[in-house]
Amino acid sequence: MILTNTTNYFSQFIAYFSDTIGWGMGGQILAYVLIAIVYLIFFALAGLYLVYLERRVAAFFQLRLGPNRVGPWGLMQTIADALKLLSKEIFGTDRKDKLLYHTAYYLVIVAALISLSVIPFSNGIAAYDINIGVFFISAVSSVGILGLLIGGWGSNNKYGVLGGMRSGLQMISYELSSGLAILTIVLMAGSLQLSEIIHQQQAGWFLWRGHIPALIAFVIFVIAGTAESNRTPFDLPEGEAELGAGYHTEYSGMGFAWFFLAEFINMFIISAVGVTLFLGGWLAPFGITDGLGMPWLWGFIWFFIKVGLMIFLLMWFRWTFPRLRIDQLLTLEWKYLLPIGLVNIILMAVLVYYHLVF
Amino acid sequence: MSYFGDIFGGIRSLLTGMKITGGYFFPSIIGRKYTITRQYPEEPAVVAERFKGEVVMWHNENNEHRCTGCQACEIACPNGTIEIIWDRVLNEETGKKVKVIDKHIYHLGMCTMCNLCIQACPTNAIMWSTNFHNATFDRSQLTKVLNHPGSKLMTGVEE
Ligand code: SF4
Ligand code: SF4
Repeated sequence: MILTNTTNYFSQFIAYFSDTIGWGMGGQILAYVLIAIVYLIFFALAGLYLVYLERRVAAFFQLRLGPNRVGPWGLMQTIADALKLLSKEIFGTDRKDKLLYHTAYYLVIVAALISLSVIPFSNGIAAYDINIGVFFISAVSSVGILGLLIGGWGSNNKYGVLGGMRSGLQMISYELSSGLAILTIVLMAGSLQLSEIIHQQQAGWFLWRGHIPALIAFVIFVIAGTAESNRTPFDLPEGEAELGAGYHTEYSGMGFAWFFLAEFINMFIISAVGVTLFLGGWLAPFGITDGLGMPWLWGFIWFFIKVGLMIFLLMWFRWTFPRLRIDQLLTLEWKYLLPIGLVNIILMAVLVYYHLVF
Repeated sequence: MSYFGDIFGGIRSLLTGMKITGGYFFPSIIGRKYTITRQYPEEPAVVAERFKGEVVMWHNENNEHRCTGCQACEIACPNGTIEIIWDRVLNEETGKKVKVIDKHIYHLGMCTMCNLCIQACPTNAIMWSTNFHNATFDRSQLTKVLNHPGSKLMTGVEE
């Protein structure tokens, strides 16, 4: 069964909604706003549950139990935490740069949420399925870096500045590697549109079809993705032992919560992009659920299973590896990942040119 | 060339680490094989035998203790946790006045569990209890009298 890439339920919804309501442009904008609200609620909850998941997984790695008191299995724990953070006073330093200080967390969270809009969650379910989706994600995620930088700078705190600088250094460096890894797959797919890339994987995931270079690209992507989402072993920007809390040292209440949420949504995005590019996105492995009807539902299920596994992998990294020193971090990027990525992309180009990929 | 050797060595050591942590994670979610957390109020607390909960005075079934009121513990305590209120009472048999404790006062709130008083006691009258339910709503409840009311010295301790 070859799925076509024409239906997009969101654009259908927008067209239908604006036709029904009939305000012309206004109806369209209203439809967009509705979609945005759905996304916002969904990902606020998803972010909260990722925090819960992280704490539970961390607990099991450390032979503990983790939060298990609020609600069944502790499921309401992070909701309760969020309510607590909401009720807290936003308390910052005295001579902060007010504008930058308060813009920072909006930049971070908005960048994270914008990237979500291009990710296809199932067949035809992507809010904004543009033909440069991959490029769009790498571009928008850089805005998040700006948020961390100005947040650190604006809070007028040496730890904040150091954390912000480190995050800028680290994320800009690793963006190169993840960009190269993504390009390797783009070379195979011949498209930058995420849904198109997934449709091309119906004959097999790019991880298998691209064999050696795709595998190397996947490893590089996972490493660079971990670094970009600021997670241990690459959590120098917030390295607790050295910097207090890094760029968000001076944030409290919801300001802090936005950074925290953005970190987890970024983790989701990295995993989602990894799944989309390498693991076939919402496609079922070997098409095992293709004939069962309700393709969009199965797409959802497979997508979230795969993303869950990727996220678990990132959590596994986090609770296993020690933090890198800053020079080790840069050595890893500039001496290992980047040259390997460059050679890899050439290898992939050669393989694609001679039709040596499947 | 050590460049590639480094890469493979690095990957191998990372995988070794992941194998170890995974070896703890997966058994812990399936069973509770390695999990060391005890959910205390529901599950019984397991307290180590030598856990220092609070200082108590040992009494036998006749409500007799071994404290002679020598005050060695009071002197040994570095932070004045122990206060002994004592008196001299005439002993009819020997016709001598002997020291008898009235109250052996122990301020749990000040105690650092340093064990010096127990080492100092020449008659092994005080010892550690493993009781840890010591939280109270009022600081004054942390001041305890260790000798039970109406208790007296065991015979034969003083010799
Ligand atoms: S344990 Fe130490 S602090 Fe506590 S009463 Fe004995 S000597 Fe004093
Ligand atoms: S408890 Fe021991 S050391 Fe303290 S007064 Fe009594 S006999 Fe002396």
